Amino acid sequence: MDVIIENLPLYWNGFLRTLFLSAVSGVIALLLGTLLAAARVSPVAALRGFSMAYVEIVRNTPLTIAFFFSAIVLPRLGVTFQQFEVAAIIALSTYTAAFVAEAVRSGVNSVPVGQAEAARSIGMQFSQVLSLIILPQAVRTVIPPLINIMIALVKNSSIAGAFFVLELFGYGRQLANAHGDQVMWVLIGVAFFYLLITVPLGLLASTVERKVAIAR
Amino acid sequence: MSSVLYDVPGPKARRVSLIGSIVGIVLIGGLLAFAVSTLAQQGIFEAQRWQVFAIPDVWKLIGDGIVATLSAAAVAAVIAFPLGLLLCLLRISEVPAIRIPTRIVLEFLRGMPVVLMMLFVLLVFATSPFVAVVTGLVLYNSAVFAEIIRAGIQSLPKGQREAGLAVGLTSFQSRLIVELPQAIRRMMPSLVAQLVVLLKDTSLGYIVSYEELLRKVQLMADVLGPQYLFPVFFVAAALYITINFSVSRLAIWIERRGSKKAAGGVAKAEPAAVEAAAK
Repeated sequence: MDVIIENLPLYWNGFLRTLFLSAVSGVIALLLGTLLAAARVSPVAALRGFSMAYVEIVRNTPLTIAFFFSAIVLPRLGVTFQQFEVAAIIALSTYTAAFVAEAVRSGVNSVPVGQAEAARSIGMQFSQVLSLIILPQAVRTVIPPLINIMIALVKNSSIAGAFFVLELFGYGRQLANAHGDQVMWVLIGVAFFYLLITVPLGLLASTVERKVAIAR
Repeated sequence: MSSVLYDVPGPKARRVSLIGSIVGIVLIGGLLAFAVSTLAQQGIFEAQRWQVFAIPDVWKLIGDGIVATLSAAAVAAVIAFPLGLLLCLLRISEVPAIRIPTRIVLEFLRGMPVVLMMLFVLLVFATSPFVAVVTGLVLYNSAVFAEIIRAGIQSLPKGQREAGLAVGLTSFQSRLIVELPQAIRRMMPSLVAQLVVLLKDTSLGYIVSYEELLRKVQLMADVLGPQYLFPVFFVAAALYITINFSVSRLAIWIERRGSKKAAGGVAKAEPAAVEAAAK
């Protein structure tokens, strides 16, 4: 127990780094994922194909492999990063974007057909239909699954700790090595800080789900 | 739905779309060509780098890695499924003293990074990496299986349970004999999709020094020399993706077949895939 209190500043640093990694990757993933979803329903066949291939490949790739690639293989190929955080953010955001794209797409599919038909019958183009009519309505159904994806992102960011980024898990490993006799408490401390993010987010997801649930 | 979003393209729109497609393909092709030429400058395509694959030991190590990956996944799946079933039954129990603690445990398990659980088991119980990997996977995935099956039971028409109780089954018997078989069948695509997640998560074994595919790649690069890292990594990643891809296809196949056979169809795999992003 003492080991947690003694190293509280370290835990706090790690906690902030985890939050930072998750927030930055989350924002990039949201943007990239929405674009991918838009491409998936667009009239241009090449865009549809690209989006489909991207989602299909990324969903079947373990995140550890993505991290291994960006943190270990890329530097050997001459692409070096000033900070490994950049490698982590690349891996996390490209990976998460595929899941965001799937969630947004199923949200788009949940909007009643009549909405799109009405929009088109008053003369809107594809881009207008999507950005003014469909996406704003899709957001409501998509928010709970998106929060779940963000929870997964926070948990996934722990893998960065194994690839030279000192976030919560990274500090946890360091502390566990330094305090061999109190490993259990060290790791319980790490778990506590993760739950501090994931549990409130989970509660938020279920509250939002009940609030925005619309009968269709 | 997508066809409702825009008019059926006329000749002009088709031409624009075709030009757009060609430009897009050229762009992507250009990016690929750039990547390939950058790699070529690094000497990646020199034949001698790829000659490592002529060494039988390299294939033996890759084979060992795959076996290690698959066996961890198989053992974890076989233990996690019954455990998930049990957790699900406890979670929907009518006794609050059982239901509420189970719910807390499930929330806890689902809110933790899998790799942290693996490290915990490895260091605190001083087990072998294999046991640590399997335990981590079992703890997390049984919680997810429990939630999937619960969603399946809740999606059943109320009449199923009422009919079970009406013919004199106890609450537990009705769950076991009437509801569970239907719920599992309905949720089959989601369950298989979760298996892909489980398979993907075995790669976390790399972090707790379990000798799976990725760790073997690292090992080979250390032994043979860093210049072989890319070829070996490339082959290993391709194998990993191929295996996962086949299992994903299986999920889609079950979904298609199931929606023909099962009464009321099976639930789509997609929502689970989204929730399964919860790794």
